[in-house]
Amino acid sequence: MTKKVAYCAMLTALAMIFGYVEALIPFGFGIPGIKLGIANIVIVLALYMFPAYQVFMIQLARIVLVSFLFGNMSMMIYSLAGGILSFLVMLLLKKTKEFSVTGVSIAGGVSHNIGQLAVAVLVVQNIRIAFYLPVLMASGLLTGCLIGMLANKIKPVLGSVENEKGKV
Amino acid sequence: MRFFPIKSMSHRKIFRRKDCMLIGAVLLLTILTALAAAFFQKDAGQTVRILTDGKLYGEYSLTDDRVIVIEGQHGYNKIVIENGTAYVEDADCPDKYCMKYKPISRGNETIVCLPHRLVVEITGKADTRQPDIVS
Repeated sequence: MTKKVAYCAMLTALAMIFGYVEALIPFGFGIPGIKLGIANIVIVLALYMFPAYQVFMIQLARIVLVSFLFGNMSMMIYSLAGGILSFLVMLLLKKTKEFSVTGVSIAGGVSHNIGQLAVAVLVVQNIRIAFYLPVLMASGLLTGCLIGMLANKIKPVLGSVENEKGKV
Repeated sequence: MRFFPIKSMSHRKIFRRKDCMLIGAVLLLTILTALAAAFFQKDAGQTVRILTDGKLYGEYSLTDDRVIVIEGQHGYNKIVIENGTAYVEDADCPDKYCMKYKPISRGNETIVCLPHRLVVEITGKADTRQPDIVS
C-alpha cells in the first residue's frame, strides 16, 4: 500500500513537472491547443506498470493539481475532457494487446485533442470551431507518435523495475 | 543484467502492424475532414461576427479598420480589425490563448476565447449594419 502511494505520488509529480517544462517550450502555429503532450509519456508508461484505476487517479490528480496551481476552472474542464477521453481510449487500445506503445500514445494524443475540441464546441455553442479538427488531429498524430517512440525506448527499462520489486 | 533485460525484438518494435493501420486511419480521417473544411471554407470573408455565450454580440465589416472592446460578464477582450484581418490584441482571460491565434480573414475561420466564451468568426455575408446607399 505504502509503495503504491509512493509510486503514484512520484508519477503524478513527474507528470506535473513535464507539463511545466512543456509550457516553457514555445510550440504553436497560431492555433492554441497544439502542444507536445510530454506529460502523457508518464500516463502511457504507467498504463503498462499499474492497474487501470491507479493510472486514472494519477491522471486526475495531475490535471486537478496543475489547474489549481497554474490555471483556472475553465482550463480544468478542458483538460479533464481531453485527459479522461485519452485515458479511456489508451486503456482500450492497450487491452487489445494489438498495438505497441507508439500506437497507444498516438490514439491518446488524437483523442485528447478531439475531447478538448468537443468541449470547446459545447461551451461556446459554436460548431464553426470544429474547423480546427483536421489540424488538431494531425498534430495529435504527430506529437503522439513522438511521445510514443520515446515511451517505447523507456518502457523496457521500467519493466525490469517491476520484475525486480514485484507487482506494485 | 536484471535491470536491463534483453527482450525479444517483437516487444521493442516501434511500430506494429496495427499501429500502421491506426496511423493510416487517423491520416485518412484528417484528410477527409480537411477536405470537408476546405469545401465549406470560402476564399475571403466580408464580415466579422462576434459572439458571446453563443449569442451574437455584433457584426462588423472586415474592410473597415476598427477596434472593438468587449467588456462582457466574463471579462475583457480587445479585437482589432485591420487590413482585412481580425485578431485579438488584448484580453484579461487567464490563458491568453485568444491572443495567440494568427489573424483571421477567410470565411468560417474562428478565434476562440474559451474562458470568456467568446467567438470571433468570419462569414461571407455582406455587412448588414452598413447603411443603405440611396442616391
